[in-house]
Amino acid sequence: MFAHMSSIWEYANPRRFMATSAALLPWVSVIAAICLIGGLIWGFFYTPNDFRQGATVKIIYIHVPSAVMAINAWFMMLVCSLIWLIRRHHVSALAAKAAAPVGMVFTLIALFTGAVWGQPMWGSWWEWDPRLTSFLILFLFYLGYMALWEAIENPDQGADLTSVLCLVGSVFAVISRYALVFWNEGLHQGTTVSTVGVGVEESEGVSSVFLYPMLTSLAGFAFLFLALVLYRTRTEIRARRLKALIAQEQMA
Amino acid sequence: MIGLLKRDLALAIRAGGGFGLSLAFFLIFTALVPFGIGPETGRLADMAPGLLWLGALLACLLSLDRIFQLDWEDGSLDLLATSPLPLEGLAAIKALAHWLTTGLPLVVAAPILGLMLNLPGPAYLPLIASLLAGTPALSAIGTFGAALTVGIKRGGLLLSLLVLPLYVPTLIFGALAATRGAQGLDSTVPLVLTLGITLGCLALLPFAAAAVLRVNLR
Repeated sequence: MFAHMSSIWEYANPRRFMATSAALLPWVSVIAAICLIGGLIWGFFYTPNDFRQGATVKIIYIHVPSAVMAINAWFMMLVCSLIWLIRRHHVSALAAKAAAPVGMVFTLIALFTGAVWGQPMWGSWWEWDPRLTSFLILFLFYLGYMALWEAIENPDQGADLTSVLCLVGSVFAVISRYALVFWNEGLHQGTTVSTVGVGVEESEGVSSVFLYPMLTSLAGFAFLFLALVLYRTRTEIRARRLKALIAQEQMA
Repeated sequence: MIGLLKRDLALAIRAGGGFGLSLAFFLIFTALVPFGIGPETGRLADMAPGLLWLGALLACLLSLDRIFQLDWEDGSLDLLATSPLPLEGLAAIKALAHWLTTGLPLVVAAPILGLMLNLPGPAYLPLIASLLAGTPALSAIGTFGAALTVGIKRGGLLLSLLVLPLYVPTLIFGALAATRGAQGLDSTVPLVLTLGITLGCLALLPFAAAAVLRVNLR
């Protein structure tokens, strides 16, 4: 019975991964679309305006989910890099490679929506606030990671080097985060999503009126990330196979 | 290890080693600053600690690709890798040699260039202390970056892109220590944090550098 228990390491086999991801991808994509469209429509049209921020508060339904996913994408890359370094599963390295551009775009979305939100709230498009600045640095880390992948021809060597960069970069990203807090007090409000409020007036956290559409949108972003990473990993695996076929042909 | 250090120092100091290049860059950077932000001494004095830190950091960055590139090109890196010296030790010695030929001269030059930027009197000691505490971290991080990009042709720009985000915490704490000193405030805490980053980098990054060197030499 234990022999039949499915372990996540089975998906280290590219064939197995391709079969499972092919079955999962349509479902994940549809769920992502439903959650995103549903969450955003719910958030934009069926929630009240904030009594101080007005309609600009509605950007929260894009801003917060993209910011959350931008960090989690890097975290997923870190886990995949560790798996590659420890167990040498190619799918893991390719998944990390596939996640990087998606994470970078989420970081850009968070920065852009933050600027659009910050302009009417703080009166400027950009503030050197710790949170904003650490997202800018996260963006630079994504850029460097992707540039290193691009620069190396041998895929295994590229996987090794980018994995080590991801590990070292993660440590420095965390140090930078706390260094920035030390450096500047900041304007950005604290995290309010985890402190769920009961009513609109007396709560300090995000009211449930805003919270549920936002969680739906967050789920949409998470599934969108999953769908894109599955899709891109499949593409990477196919590209790898194609390269192997061409190499075989040249050998023959 | 001592022999390797002597060799690296000799190579750097002799003609064509580029020993003075980063110092000259630091001087030129300091000379260009007033053209960019105007010659008012008050404003220059306010910005001097941060500018000197930034100049030292960029000057340090400029010389990073020399750490492994020349040894890689003439094949001596392969010989060094097969020598009894572990690669971790090699990376640490390379970082030390880089600091002695780049970081230390920058620390010595910083107060002189500080005069040019009207650095306030009480800022000199914190500036020198923070540079002394922080530049070894710049060399250690840079050695890791150089090891990462050693096999890449024309990797200089990529090296900057990879290393500069890693420099952020060192720059923040180091420049903060110097700036607080210039304002007459106590700069112990940022100074200790700079030193902490340096010690952490020196302890851990040679292992990361050796790991990527092994991949690149494979």
